[in-house]
Amino acid sequence: MKRIISAALAASFLAAPAFGAEVKIGFVTTLTTGAAIIGKDMQNAVDLAVEHMGGKMGDLDVNVIYGDDGFKPETGKQVTDKLVQQDNVDFVAGFIWSHVLLASRKSALDAGKILISTNAGPSQMAGDLCDKNFFSTSWQNDQTPMAMGEVLNQKGVKSLYVMAPNYAAGKDMVAGLERTFKGTIVGKDLTKWGADAQLDFSAELAKAKASGAEGLFVFYPGAAAGAFTKQYHQAGLKDILPLYSVFTVDGISLPKLQKAGFDGVLGSKITQEWDPSLDNAANKKFVADFKAKYGTYPSFYAAQSYDAMFLIKSAIEAVGGDLTNQDAVRAAIKAANYDSVRGHYTYGNNNFPIQNFYLREVVADADGNWTTRVDSIVMENAQDPYAAECPLK
Amino acid sequence: MFVLKSGIPPLDTTLLFVQTLNGVQLGLLLFLVASGLTLVFGILDFVNLAHGSLYMLGAFICASLTFLVGNFLLAVLIALPITGVLGYLIERFVARPLYARDHLDHVLGTFGLILVLDTSVHLIWGPAGIAVPLPAWLEGQVGLFGDVVVPSFRLLIIAAGLAAAAGLFWLVNYTRLGMLIRAGASNRTMVSALGIDIQSLFALVFALGAMLAGLAGMLIAPITEASIGMGNNIIITAFVVIIVGGIGSMKGAFFAALLIGLIDTLGRAFLDDFFKLFMSSDAAENSAPALSAMLIYILMAVVLSVRPQGLFPPKVR
Repeated sequence: MKRIISAALAASFLAAPAFGAEVKIGFVTTLTTGAAIIGKDMQNAVDLAVEHMGGKMGDLDVNVIYGDDGFKPETGKQVTDKLVQQDNVDFVAGFIWSHVLLASRKSALDAGKILISTNAGPSQMAGDLCDKNFFSTSWQNDQTPMAMGEVLNQKGVKSLYVMAPNYAAGKDMVAGLERTFKGTIVGKDLTKWGADAQLDFSAELAKAKASGAEGLFVFYPGAAAGAFTKQYHQAGLKDILPLYSVFTVDGISLPKLQKAGFDGVLGSKITQEWDPSLDNAANKKFVADFKAKYGTYPSFYAAQSYDAMFLIKSAIEAVGGDLTNQDAVRAAIKAANYDSVRGHYTYGNNNFPIQNFYLREVVADADGNWTTRVDSIVMENAQDPYAAECPLK
Repeated sequence: MFVLKSGIPPLDTTLLFVQTLNGVQLGLLLFLVASGLTLVFGILDFVNLAHGSLYMLGAFICASLTFLVGNFLLAVLIALPITGVLGYLIERFVARPLYARDHLDHVLGTFGLILVLDTSVHLIWGPAGIAVPLPAWLEGQVGLFGDVVVPSFRLLIIAAGLAAAAGLFWLVNYTRLGMLIRAGASNRTMVSALGIDIQSLFALVFALGAMLAGLAGMLIAPITEASIGMGNNIIITAFVVIIVGGIGSMKGAFFAALLIGLIDTLGRAFLDDFFKLFMSSDAAENSAPALSAMLIYILMAVVLSVRPQGLFPPKVR
């Protein structure tokens, strides 16, 4: 009996055609809670990327295994452990949230996996905690608000009230703004964040209004974005306290705001490293096919996730599918030799992109759908401010 | 208002008034959720963790109906009986088989129900959540007096919350049903011994609680959007409310809800300015959000140690 089982097992191993000829990518994102809308957008982009590459990276079949972090650092770490130990993936990618990435990084890096953040860019991992196996296809958290700070200086805004969620990225965003903004910050509120985030901002908005600031800077990603934007307009602050935001008005929140008829958001300006209107072949194909398949514009989360898949593909092709030679794989990733939807960029010493940041404006497209288009370049080939603290060279 | 470089910042009475109003609004929403919870816990002796899911269902049903009938207020009127029926069904098929079991089984059963309902909402409405449009006259602001300007919809929440509280007060104190409810809260066995159909009374109380929680969800949705898991955020605070107020006490739920709404809002609003009087600006900005998130739990701990039965416990059990 025992022999028959052993033989059957051996046969089943031999019969598995994909054995050894596939690349496994673990993709961690948020697929439950109110933030699942972001995770879904990323998942859609990854699926589209795999479809665009015909399910192959070089000669290897692509096998993406999704993990749900539940918007919680501890769950993110658990699911990363599972991907690394049980599924034995070759790459770990994804991560919307900085606190989730910070909690999960060790699980992936200690196991010798290559880790690619497709969104979160905590300052720690750009500086002290940088790693030769960690790469980003997004940005370091400080950079987008730094670009917004420059825009505010150009506009001559002298004083600001600041609101952000109280977690790793919220603090980085505020720090980034303070790096470039030359005026004074008259008040600051860090609000509760996570699966039980504070979504009613009545107290903070009343304070902001009473502060006498010339503008309001906020960072409210995901589900909080719609809630914040609505309350800002309901409080009648549009003409008193102009809104300057990062990661708040995006491809995720715009369709909902449009459905609810919230046209106060048209014309608002935001900064970002990517935009659906960027004029390059890869981006045009990505945006057009994404819209055709899913019916909405992709968000920047989607763009960065799509990029990560093609970045991995470029590395696998460069090493001829030999993932055992990790030095070569790393070198190939660092070359960023692929058609990114944001246009060509390079990697700095800390493996964060050196790239352009644009000012985008919310507009209605030819079909009347709300989206954004590029207004101007704010920072050209910008490197994050923590690169010097990273011991890698 | 400008904070002076040194010394005490001048207290801005306009801001204080607006923040108090915000606190009352939050308190009334909490009351709507907590009143149903305290009824079910106090009368049925049933721990319903899934009470917050009814809050979420109310928000989603009302949001869909708003798009269907094109009017938010009409949608609320239609959604209320629907959440009541859902509450009745949950009582009939989930809660009733669990009454005879102990509290841990209630917790397990209703926690499972939370997962089922969250996932059902995900399947039916998708992960996106729904932004609820309001009629134009509710989308603007109202000038009350001086330079006090508040969003009109927040005034509507306050009015609706007070109306619901008044209605409940009347129902509980001046009707036969209310008498039975109070009697049930005091001594359940005696009520059924007197020939009252306790089973239907329970179902009715459960449905009423569901409608109140649903109403709170409907009222908050135009502000925060209807989103998956929204009920899990408020249910913890609602439990704090009924513990502080006294389990089973409607009056306790009302005053504790207002107290907690005010403490939470005013803490968020003024704690950092207060801290800046005796610590650096940076330290104040970092510690104030942490402490203001803890304030209501500190209050609960104090109440539990000084007056474990709550501030307004129901008379005799």
